[in-house]
Amino acid sequence: MSRQALVQVKHLTRYYSQTCAVNDVSFDLARGEVLGFLGPNGAGKSSTMQMISGNLAPGAGQISIAGIDLLEKPKQAKREIGYLPEQPPLYRELTVDEFLRYCARLNRIRRSHIGNAVATAKERTGLGDVGRRLIDNLSKGYQQRVGIAQAIIHNPAVVILDEPTVGLDPLQIREIRALICELGKEHGIILSTHILPEVQATCSRVQIINRGKLVFSDTTAGLESRMNATALIAAFHSAPDLAALQQLAGVERVEPLPGNRVRLHYDDSNPAEALVEQSVAQRWRLHELTPEGRTLEQIFIELTCSEEQYPHSGDSSQ
Amino acid sequence: MIFTIAARELRSLFLSPLAWAILAVTLFILAYLFLTQIEAFIGLQPRLAAIKGAPGVADIIVAPLLADAAVILLLITPLITMRSISEERRNRTISLLFSAPVSMTEIVIGKYLGILSFFIILLALLALMPLSLLAGTDLDLGKLAAGLLGLTLVVAAFSAIGLYMSSLTEQPTVAAVTTFGLLLLLWIVDWAGTTEAAGSSMLAQLSMLRHYEPLLKGLFNSTDVAYYLLIILLFIGFTIRRMDASRLQH
Ligand SMILES: Nc1ncnc2c1ncn2[C@@H]1O[C@H](COP(=O)(O)OP(=O)(O)O)[C@@H](O)[C@H]1O
Ligand SMILES: [Mg+2]
Repeated sequence: MSRQALVQVKHLTRYYSQTCAVNDVSFDLARGEVLGFLGPNGAGKSSTMQMISGNLAPGAGQISIAGIDLLEKPKQAKREIGYLPEQPPLYRELTVDEFLRYCARLNRIRRSHIGNAVATAKERTGLGDVGRRLIDNLSKGYQQRVGIAQAIIHNPAVVILDEPTVGLDPLQIREIRALICELGKEHGIILSTHILPEVQATCSRVQIINRGKLVFSDTTAGLESRMNATALIAAFHSAPDLAALQQLAGVERVEPLPGNRVRLHYDDSNPAEALVEQSVAQRWRLHELTPEGRTLEQIFIELTCSEEQYPHSGDSSQ
Repeated sequence: MIFTIAARELRSLFLSPLAWAILAVTLFILAYLFLTQIEAFIGLQPRLAAIKGAPGVADIIVAPLLADAAVILLLITPLITMRSISEERRNRTISLLFSAPVSMTEIVIGKYLGILSFFIILLALLALMPLSLLAGTDLDLGKLAAGLLGLTLVVAAFSAIGLYMSSLTEQPTVAAVTTFGLLLLLWIVDWAGTTEAAGSSMLAQLSMLRHYEPLLKGLFNSTDVAYYLLIILLFIGFTIRRMDASRLQH
């Protein structure tokens, strides 16, 4: 039951006149998952989220929310969606309480439950003591929280957050991320961002979108294993022969670096242990050993740039 | 659901100083007109007393007041309706409504009723002026009721047109100007009709003024009422279609 798909998106496509903003995107979201939508600006993240939340009609494709088809039964499907757009939809002339009460009514929460729903949403987003303040007078971070409170007030199955941490200071970013992790336990969350560490900090699954197409989809753990070390940097007081290092099990290539350092590239088996043993035996006097990995940035650039190169290589080969 | 949206629309209007200013200025001008009509009536009274079946207060005070009120409403409706949808689109707050389990029809009708409530309040305050005549004169309540019904229909039609214009643009001022233009056109379209009686009677049928005048005289005619209801339904329908289309084009 817990793996039942909350959101199913199939072959979603959307054109703005000539430009293709979203191109044949398909994915699922399960309960308890925080799905990160990662991509450069203009990749089509917002357009995808607008379509899933019913704000934008798709050009082609299917969307179902908790098993309900969004295009056929929009009213029922939308009960299960909470959506925070890129620009939080706040009526600035209202107080936080008034605004949330209005949102609760819009989402058809029964009159007798509204007080409860507003209190719960405020508590979860840390808005407890600003209920009577005008939204216009709140700081950006608090306005963002009101935006999130609005999205979760009716306890929807799916919460869609479009770049929820943009424009916040580092402390606020940390608070909002903690809040998202907290929400992820009970709801399915789709989150978009162009900030790479944000994905590592909050998401359980990552999808990288570039120019409207999904180019990568894996768990965050899978992404991290891609980033795992593929090289070691070692420093010696009395440097050994490069040939001797090359002999170590697993080492693919040895690259000399200035200052008696070397970089050892390897594929599957980590040669660290063998290196230490040999160093002791042969008195290389190893004093530094650092694993070196690819950063998320490197992987991201590889994925998004290789996509850009495809048409080129295709053209030249023809 | 409709009433939730309507209540917020009305509340937002009253949270802005514009609505209060409009309410105050309009009532001030109407009160001034009302008093000048009373003065005119007092001047005429000795001569009217001599005539049998002479026009009463309803004809001499109330009818001109309500006729003037319609013209003033034509000027202020665009200012009240202009922000309704255009500003929500510009501030992106419209997505709150679009992602809630609410149909487009409910959204549009809710907004329309919110605007209409504002004008009902205005008309209720306006109605107090002629009603005060009950104290000293024999006011024809039938004529007053017909006139107020006419004015309500006129402003309801104005609001529907204003709401539609507001859905066409993200700029409230553009919505106001186009609403004003269209309302004025529909008001005066029969001016062409008076000279070329036969050929332009179609145009005369379109005129809002032409359908309002009989009601002011106390003549209740179902075609006049139907005309206003038709305009209201037509423009609300246009607005719903326009909003649905906006999700397609963006
Ligand atoms: N209303 C619009 N009209 C025309 N093109 C648009 C519109 N909105 C977005 N686009 C285009 O669609 C592409 C995807 O945009 P968007 O979904 O906003 O990307 P992201 O949120 O990933 O930055 C961009 O190339 C953008 O220029
Ligand atoms: Mg975006």
